[in-house]
Amino acid sequence: MQIDLSVRNVVKTFGDFTAVDDVTFDVETGKFFSILGPSGCGKTTLLRMVAGFYEPTSGSIQIRGKEMAGVEPNKRPVNMVFQHLALFPMMNVADNIAFGLRRRGERGSGVNQKVKAILENVGLPDFGNKKINQLSGGQKQRVALARCLVLNPVVLLLDEPLGALDLKLREHMKVELKKLQQRVGTTFVYITHDQSEAMVMSDHVAVMREGRFEQVDVPQNIYNNPASSFVAQFVGDNNQFIGKLQKDEKGQFFVVTDDRNRYQIHPPKNLHEGDKVEMYIRPQAMIINPDDKWTHFNQVQVQVKSVLFDAANSRLIATPEHSNKELIVALPQNRQYDYIRTRDLIKIGWDPTSAICFSESGIKAYAEL
Amino acid sequence: MLNSKKRKIRWTFVLFFTPVALWLLLLLILPHFELLRMSFVASEYAGKSGVTLENYFGFFKEVIYWRTFVRTAVFSVLVTCIVLAISLPLAFYVTKIAGVKIQGFLTVLILLPFWVSELIRVYGWMILLRESGVIGQFMIAVGLWKEPIEMLYNDVVIVMGLVYTTLLFMVVPIIGVMESLDDSLIEAAYDLGAKKLTIWKEIIIPYCMPGIMSGSIIVFMIALGSYLTPKLMGGKSSLWFTEQIYNQFIIYFNWNQGSAFGFLLLLLSSAIIWITLRLTGQKLSDVVK
Repeated sequence: MQIDLSVRNVVKTFGDFTAVDDVTFDVETGKFFSILGPSGCGKTTLLRMVAGFYEPTSGSIQIRGKEMAGVEPNKRPVNMVFQHLALFPMMNVADNIAFGLRRRGERGSGVNQKVKAILENVGLPDFGNKKINQLSGGQKQRVALARCLVLNPVVLLLDEPLGALDLKLREHMKVELKKLQQRVGTTFVYITHDQSEAMVMSDHVAVMREGRFEQVDVPQNIYNNPASSFVAQFVGDNNQFIGKLQKDEKGQFFVVTDDRNRYQIHPPKNLHEGDKVEMYIRPQAMIINPDDKWTHFNQVQVQVKSVLFDAANSRLIATPEHSNKELIVALPQNRQYDYIRTRDLIKIGWDPTSAICFSESGIKAYAEL
Repeated sequence: MLNSKKRKIRWTFVLFFTPVALWLLLLLILPHFELLRMSFVASEYAGKSGVTLENYFGFFKEVIYWRTFVRTAVFSVLVTCIVLAISLPLAFYVTKIAGVKIQGFLTVLILLPFWVSELIRVYGWMILLRESGVIGQFMIAVGLWKEPIEMLYNDVVIVMGLVYTTLLFMVVPIIGVMESLDDSLIEAAYDLGAKKLTIWKEIIIPYCMPGIMSGSIIVFMIALGSYLTPKLMGGKSSLWFTEQIYNQFIIYFNWNQGSAFGFLLLLLSSAIIWITLRLTGQKLSDVVK
């Protein structure tokens, strides 16, 4: 596979602040690559360096093997869809799209044909004469995409373009954008703080924190095998337990939490008895009323604190006996658990293989949690 | 209940509208009707009477009159263009390049000279430029000039003086629109392959057009109707049309001729503004917003 974008050891500092800290990655031709991270993690800075608005402090950026150092944004074979789209309000849709073509010196009917073709491709035929302020949010989105795609960039950069849309439209545009990317075959580099956007659309996701990549992998692995405590917290919901690692005479590992509960776990890698650890279990891995015969399961008696109904994403908040630890438990909406009420005592359990352990990092993905 | 509310709104409307209406009527509309009437009446001073077009013919017969008229118009357009050429980069620097902290300070610096009256500001220039002025004496002291040179009383100084006195009226409206210009529009154009000059031509100037037009109209009208600056800095040779009007009214006591001149100036400014609006495809209602 050909490499369209190659970023090598890129560092960007602003005064004392290091925004991007030694980032290296490659994006293959035709792939959808997402950079996922909380605001302020340096993802926008990284994207702007690829676009050419910032020069890296050190390291190199290559596009199709060509070094980009010193190449201005208007000379780079990449285009960017801006966060607020940045459509030109004084031009109509067709002139917005033709802007880049005209800058290349293209004139006449060729331009009109290309504009017409790309408008059809993004599902907005006959919109050429509309003014920008006549368009809806989703339509503006498509015009912004068309304005870049008409130039056939090697890499299309997208800076959280769905952020301004309302939820339903965002869900729709996610799928739309993925389909469009597959249709045109252009390499997309997409930055977002929304994990669902990154998961749904991407071939590969990089999770970024404080200027560094924590993990680069396919979405399934990011979710199922997080490489660090931060990834486990940031991507999807997770229950966190802090405790000490113990081993019994049979060689079985346990995590003993600070409130003196004891949970079996799978033998963790690179961790030893006595280590302080953080254990993570997904709400979906917690099963309500597990069979008593499943002795390999961790089984815990809990009291229901509240039932959070949220359609397919419904959850219980429950605390184990003799503990204030709040657990999030997935509540499948198959009518089977409709009887559960607040303050009920129920049993939950999980397979030790579904828990994942890291040595204690103290990192909190969200400071307020 | 509803009725009394309606009446209240009407009363406040009357309260605010009456002074405006009176001002327009007494100070603008009535005097102009009187001037219009006078401009079509033969001058009593010259011993004639009755309705006549002579005052308007007089303007075209006397070369000095219409030459001054054209000269004033051309110079006013020139002043407007120079002011625009200075204001665009100036506004761009204040709104886009200077930091947020310096921005307010720079705006105050631009405003500061305008807290002083036009007369004082023009005298300031005269102190600098006259034969025995600050610049002249400095140049002699340094040894660059052998003898004092008179820098006042020429066309360049008139234009410069008018540019100086009108600059604010262009910079402020342009800063106003340019502030609302999203930086990412400029970046997007750059990203799509535009060069710096193209970004100015295709993005910044079209976006700022309402500010540019309202600034240009104000600057043009001030320059055209200016009396003090051309008179003081241009001296006797200034040949500004307002001076001709002044002369007719005050020196020749020919109010009829003066009225005709006044109306010709009004027609000229209206015509030039109308043409410019048509050429740039702007609407007056958008510009005055």
